[in-house]
Amino acid sequence: MSEKLSADSRCEQRGDEKQDTQEKEAVVPERAEEAKLKAKYPNLGQKPGGSDFLMKRLQKGQKYFDSGDYNMAKAKMKNKQLPTTGPDNNLVTGDHIPTPQDLPPRKSSLVTSKLAGCIWPALFPPIDLPCNQEDY
Amino acid sequence: MFLKFSLRSIFYGAGGGGNDIQWCFSQVKGAVDDDVAEADIISTVEFNHSGELLATGDKGGRVVIFQQEQENKIQSLSRGEYNVYSTFQSHEPEFDYLKSLEIEEKINKIRWLPQKNAAQFLLSTNDKTIKLWKISERDKRPEGYNLKEEDGRYRDPSTVTTLRVPVFRPMDLMVEASPRRIFANAHTYHINSISINSDYETYLSADDLRINLWHLEITDRSFNIVDIKPANMEELTEVITAAEFHPNSCNTFVYSSSKGTIRLCDMRASALCDRHSKLFEEPEDPSNRSFFSEIISSISDVKFSHSGRYMMTRDYLSVKIWDLNMENRPVETYQVHEYLRSKLCSLYENDCIFDKFECCWNGSDSVVMTGSYNNFFRMFDRNTKRDITLEASRENNKPRTVLKPRKVCASGKRKKDEISVDSLDFNKKILHTAWHPKENIIAVATTNNLYIFQDKVN
Repeated sequence: MSEKLSADSRCEQRGDEKQDTQEKEAVVPERAEEAKLKAKYPNLGQKPGGSDFLMKRLQKGQKYFDSGDYNMAKAKMKNKQLPTTGPDNNLVTGDHIPTPQDLPPRKSSLVTSKLAGCIWPALFPPIDLPCNQEDY
Repeated sequence: MFLKFSLRSIFYGAGGGGNDIQWCFSQVKGAVDDDVAEADIISTVEFNHSGELLATGDKGGRVVIFQQEQENKIQSLSRGEYNVYSTFQSHEPEFDYLKSLEIEEKINKIRWLPQKNAAQFLLSTNDKTIKLWKISERDKRPEGYNLKEEDGRYRDPSTVTTLRVPVFRPMDLMVEASPRRIFANAHTYHINSISINSDYETYLSADDLRINLWHLEITDRSFNIVDIKPANMEELTEVITAAEFHPNSCNTFVYSSSKGTIRLCDMRASALCDRHSKLFEEPEDPSNRSFFSEIISSISDVKFSHSGRYMMTRDYLSVKIWDLNMENRPVETYQVHEYLRSKLCSLYENDCIFDKFECCWNGSDSVVMTGSYNNFFRMFDRNTKRDITLEASRENNKPRTVLKPRKVCASGKRKKDEISVDSLDFNKKILHTAWHPKENIIAVATTNNLYIFQDKVN
C-alpha cells in the first residue's frame, strides 16, 4: 500500500472524542474496519474505488524495462531528478520512467516440478509432433 | 442421473445422511522446505471424470498428472495411492512486445475431456493461450528394422543382405504428452476460466471482459458470446470473474462478476449473449454497506452441481448455493470464516482481501468444500447442516490418521486447542481443492504442496 501515516495515535484520539459513533460502528464490524482504513488513508476512495481496482486488475503483468522509453525520458528530464516507479503500476508505457534498478531478476531455468520428484525428467522426453493439423 | 452413489458410498454412508465422514491423511506431494520457489506455487487442481487421474498446474507453467494405483482397490485397506503418471511443461513465459508486458506462464485452469479412446485429453490455459494436450501411453516398440541399428543409427545399405519384418516388443511404460491444439490470440484480457460443453465438441474461455466459444477442432477462430467492455473504459464497473457451462444443457452457461452477481445465458436466444436469461443476485441491506462491501461480494468461483439443478458461488467470506429456479436469493449460505469481518482493514492492506478461493462439490452434491487461511479448509454438509474445519499440515503425516477438527476462536477467551484469529498465518492459503467424482477422496493444495485425504475405511 502507499504511504502509511502515523495514524494509530490519531485513531485513538478520534475514539475518545467520538465515542458514541464508535460504539454504533462497532456493532457492525465492517464499519469499524472502514473507519480504521479511512483514518490511515484519508485519500482512499476519492477516485471511484471500483474503477481503480478493476483497472489495476486488467493491467496485471510485470512491466519490463524499455530502453527506448528510458532514454527518451532521460533526455526530457535532463535537469530534474529521475522519479522511480511507485507502487502504482502506470497504465501506459513511457509515461513514467522505468529505471534499470526496476529490472526484475532473470527467471531461473525451467526444471521439473517438485511435485513430480527429481528422477522423472529422463522418463518424460519432450515430444515434437505436428500440431493443429489432423484429428486429435 | 439421480443415483450417482457408488456401492462403497452407500455402505459407508459417505457424504451426508448417515455417518459423518472421518477424514484421514493419505499422501502429500512436494518439497518439505519452507523456502518456496515461485514456480512451485500450485495454481490449479482437477480430477478427471473417472477420478483415476489428478492433474495439477503451477506458476511455472508445468502440469503434473497423478494416477491412482489399481491394486488396492479390491482390498478394503485403503483406496489406491496416487503416483506421478506424467509431467510436462504446458506453457512458457512469453512477452508482449507492444505493451512491454510479460505474459505469465502460470496455469490458471485445467479441465479434462471425457475419455473417448485410449488416450487422455485435457485443456490447460494461462492468461492468454489455451492448449489441448494429449496424454498417451506407449508400452511397445518396433524392433528389427532393416535399415537402422537398434540404437537408431542408419546401417550402410550395402551391408543389408536379408529382409526381415520388424516386430513389436514390450517396453517399459512411457507416458507421452503432446500439444494437439493451440488456441491463441483470442483474449485481450486475462483468461480466468475454461469450461468444456456437455456436447464434448465446444468449450468456452472467459477473460475479465469477454467470453469466447471455441470448437475443439478449430484453432483459427472463435465466437465471442459475451462482451461487457464499455465503450468508455472509465465507465467500467464490473468484470467477469468465472464462467462455466451447464453440465447437461449444452446451450446454457453462467458467468459471475466482481459485483457478486451471476448471469445465466442461453445460447439459443441470440448469437451474442449480452442479455442474460437469468440474473442471480442477493439483495443487500443498504444500511450494512461499507467500503469493503463490493470487494468481499466479488465472486471468485462458480460451480454447477453434478445434477445441474444448483450452482455454488464463493465470495470472500461465504459459500452460497443457488437454485437455478430462484434468482432473488441463494437457498443456502455457509460462512467460511466470518471472524475475518473484523479484520478487513488489515486484510485490505496486505491484499489478502483479493484472494480468490475456489469451491467444489462432492460426487453426490451433498457436501461442499472450500479453503481458508492457515492451511485450513472447510466442508459443509448440506443435509445435516454440520460443518468441519480441517488442516493440511505435515504434522498429521501418518497414513490413516484421522484428522482432528480445528476451531478458530473469534474473540474472548481462547479454549485449549483453539487458535485465535490473530495467530492465523495469512500466507498459508488454500485456494484450490478438488473432490473425486465418485469416492470420498479429496485433493487439497497448499502453497506448494498437494495433500490427498481419504475417508476412513474401517
